[in-house]
Amino acid sequence: MASALTQTPRTRGKVDAVIVGLGWSGSLMAEELTRAGLNVVAIERGKWRDTATDFPPAVDMDELRWATRRGMMQPQAVETVTFRNTPEQTALPVREWNCFQFGWNVGGAGTHWAGMTWRFTPWDFEVASRVKRRYGMDGLDPGLLLQDWGIGYDELEPFYDRFEKIAGTSGKAGNLKGQTVPGGNPFEGPRQSDYPTPPLKDTRWMGLFRQTTEAMGYTPFTIPAGNISTEWTNPLGVRMGPCTYCGYCEMFGCGNWSKSSPQACILPALTRRSKFEILSEAEVARVNLADDGKTATGVTFVDANGQLWEQPADIVVISAYQIDNIRLMLLSGIGKVYDPATGKGTIGRNYAYQTISGANLFFENERFNPFIGGGALGLQIDEWNGDNFDHSGLGFIGGAGILVNSTNGRPIGLSDQVPEGTPAWGSEWKRALKHSYQNGTAIFNQGTSFAHRKVFADLDPTYKDRHGQPLLRVTFDYNENDRRMAKFTMDKAVEIGRKAGAKTIQAFNSAEGHNTPYDQRSTHTTGGVVIGADRETSALNRYSQSWDCHNVFVLGASSFPNNAGYNPTATVGALALHSARAIIERYLDKREGLVAA
Amino acid sequence: MSAGKSKARRIARVALPVIGAAVVLAGVLTWRANDASADDVADGTTAMQALPAPDPASVARGRAVAIAADCSACHTRPGGGAAFAGGYPLETPFGTIMSSNITPDRANGIGNWTEHDFFKAVRHGQSPDHFLYPAMPYTAYVQISDEDMHDLWAYIRSLKPVSAVPERTDLPFPFNLRILVSGWNLLFFDNAPFQTDASHDAAWNRGRYLTDALAHCGTCHTSKNFLGADRSHHYLAGGTLSGWHAPDLTGSAQTGLASWSEQDLISYLQTGSNDHAVAAGPMAEAVEHSTQKMPAADLGAIAGYLKSLPAHSDNAAPKALAASDPVMQQGALTYHTQCSACHTPKGQGIAGMATHLADNAAVRAEDPTSLIHAVLMGAKAARTDANPTGAGMPSFGWRLSDEEVAAALTHVRNTNGNAAAPVTANQVASLRKSLDAREAR
Repeated sequence: MASALTQTPRTRGKVDAVIVGLGWSGSLMAEELTRAGLNVVAIERGKWRDTATDFPPAVDMDELRWATRRGMMQPQAVETVTFRNTPEQTALPVREWNCFQFGWNVGGAGTHWAGMTWRFTPWDFEVASRVKRRYGMDGLDPGLLLQDWGIGYDELEPFYDRFEKIAGTSGKAGNLKGQTVPGGNPFEGPRQSDYPTPPLKDTRWMGLFRQTTEAMGYTPFTIPAGNISTEWTNPLGVRMGPCTYCGYCEMFGCGNWSKSSPQACILPALTRRSKFEILSEAEVARVNLADDGKTATGVTFVDANGQLWEQPADIVVISAYQIDNIRLMLLSGIGKVYDPATGKGTIGRNYAYQTISGANLFFENERFNPFIGGGALGLQIDEWNGDNFDHSGLGFIGGAGILVNSTNGRPIGLSDQVPEGTPAWGSEWKRALKHSYQNGTAIFNQGTSFAHRKVFADLDPTYKDRHGQPLLRVTFDYNENDRRMAKFTMDKAVEIGRKAGAKTIQAFNSAEGHNTPYDQRSTHTTGGVVIGADRETSALNRYSQSWDCHNVFVLGASSFPNNAGYNPTATVGALALHSARAIIERYLDKREGLVAA
Repeated sequence: MSAGKSKARRIARVALPVIGAAVVLAGVLTWRANDASADDVADGTTAMQALPAPDPASVARGRAVAIAADCSACHTRPGGGAAFAGGYPLETPFGTIMSSNITPDRANGIGNWTEHDFFKAVRHGQSPDHFLYPAMPYTAYVQISDEDMHDLWAYIRSLKPVSAVPERTDLPFPFNLRILVSGWNLLFFDNAPFQTDASHDAAWNRGRYLTDALAHCGTCHTSKNFLGADRSHHYLAGGTLSGWHAPDLTGSAQTGLASWSEQDLISYLQTGSNDHAVAAGPMAEAVEHSTQKMPAADLGAIAGYLKSLPAHSDNAAPKALAASDPVMQQGALTYHTQCSACHTPKGQGIAGMATHLADNAAVRAEDPTSLIHAVLMGAKAARTDANPTGAGMPSFGWRLSDEEVAAALTHVRNTNGNAAAPVTANQVASLRKSLDAREAR
């Protein structure tokens, strides 16, 4: 079959802005731009999805369909990614989603996410300068690519605040305008206001963790959650309902309007606007550039019938999944491709993941009742995260949020949550499962990840998608910094588990061996089209605007120069809102780069 | 001459004048019922298309009249039809009536009408071609003032002509004989203009005018007889139409608005919800198309007027069924497993999204049709500028049996401050059939 891309395209009417991908970033950007009076077309590869009709609570959650078979993720037949650990290896296509969780359909990954709604700490945005200042680079992995984001926490704070209010985030402030507030996270950056809704309630396991860590001198706090605790009406006038702790959040759509998502929080207001249009089931193949290559003229896309179209636009916003953002930049020829041999080029650079360690715990005579759950229902201590402790002489930077998560009691998913060494089937497995359903749990360290010279993304020379365009190839493995940090925090988790009274403790450190995309420790892949102050090391300026094409803006976790020990969504949202403000207040008049190169 | 003939003649001598008098009287009454001379204030000489452009101020006022009268709701095809171009199917017990194109299009709209034609159609149900079925609420619109009619005409004239041809209305015999409507008018049409009640203030009169004439609330909220006419002694005391029950709007404590404040009413009409209720079904349409766009003063006038209505029924609440009743127990189980996630265990609901079921007069309505409808088919809340959420209740028809639906609703009607007659499985079965809802698995 000839590729749809060889057709002569039909042309749609020009719009002020075209948005590629309608997840959190695309929805936030569209909301801002249409409110400012711009005509916006959003092109989404998947289908239209709506809370009432697509995730009705009258339909029982089907764990096999959604969680096991990843029903909300993009089919690999549409696109996958190829993977290898080192440049010397040949990458192969990933055939099952674990660490990569491509969003699919309207809402993107914002529909199937768990709901943890973290802000990064001030340190995460300025790792390079702060590490140099406090420790120097001696003793660290020499391959680390550390660089500041070109934007600090304080500048982003109002946009975090706006995002949390749109999302209805539940939590407790730990730092209000510089004042430490009991009950919250004392390590967070200063907040202008508390969370919109109060924190979720503790489960039995959370209570035990709280009590144990407090006794150890830590400051446990409830994780900020997008599974919201009470009714909420957000600044767009859209209402949300309280979470019922059903435990079907991650991998599922929420039918109770309790999980923050583009559907629950933004689209009801956005779709009422006449200046907004959605083209769903339409796949953008590339951004089209003007002859001089310095501006984009719009995008080329294939519709559901295989028809090729051009959508001319004055502004192109790329807000697809992180992997697709990198790929679209490469397919469109915007910016210079990163070359690991020379260290030159920016597209595909600063790819990062997360470094996970922790401990599986098995208690006796507990009744954890894991069916009381929520995607972000949990507690964390931040004493060993980021730069919240002295790293002198440790040989690594960064750390991990040490957390417990009463996420769900789903029968299929929990069937292998049995102590190592248990048979995988038969009566002994059944006995172990029965016991560990109520007695088994885990402490999970969500750790930082820093870019490395040998880690990058580029176009695969062999494997192509259904339209004949190359897949993205990821070259990634843990580095020495990751390994040391993960071991360090793993020991902390074991110690907490022991103090909590676990009878069996089985520690894990995902960075011990090589990384594999089939191991779902974290799903937070980041970087590849990062923001920064220096166009030699970043693809975008601090406004998420391409250094090379001033009317192209790229949104998503692809913007992160390094990944933090926190989930990415709120930072993705804040960066999108920050970029939207810059477009409306500064770019529309000038139509040029907003930061002098 | 036979005796038979003579007897017949005698009878005829007595009967003919009686019959004649009856025919004359009927003729006079029919003429009165169909007398549209009140519309002679409008110009009958110039067709719309030949008139100069209307006065913008009059157009603006007319737009407000059209909003309050909710013309576009019925004169627009659902699912993206051009506004006022017709094609909305009104389900009636007599068949489906399709609304007409009232844009200024000459061929398919009303571009050839004069203002007099327009007045006569709106206020007396007589188009130049035929009698309108009373699905067009001329029974209410007859009370619209001349000023509002002139402005409405100006507004309709300002619309863009759309050449859409709605499907023809094709009722079965004998309802296809539109001339019968003249007889219906004789029996049921109160052909009288709005009368100001001097014993009440201007706001009250404005409220009654809006309620009765423009917003035609009684079309749904007053129950109908077997020929579809208002049961006038049940004015605004609740009615059932198209598979929904429009609740009692009088001051009845058990089923009416006794516990609603004027502000509750205003907020319901403005946003589609309040602490008691979330508009769904035809009321959601009325809120979306009409009431949310009405000026606050007019909503206040409606609220004030409705709150002045005495209770239609002062029936005391029945004693709530005991929680130990087996049906109540079955209902509680269904409620807590299927309903409580959104409506909450104590029936508090979620403001603006899920109806507050506890101590809710609409839940206690004598006719539980709306409750059954929502459970079987699901319901979509009104989406308004003030509350764009558009929450939706999913359909439970496919998963709950008639008995389970009946028990759950019986439970809801007899807990948390409610007490009302049980809902029967037969009621659910019959609505399941008429709504063509899915069978439970």
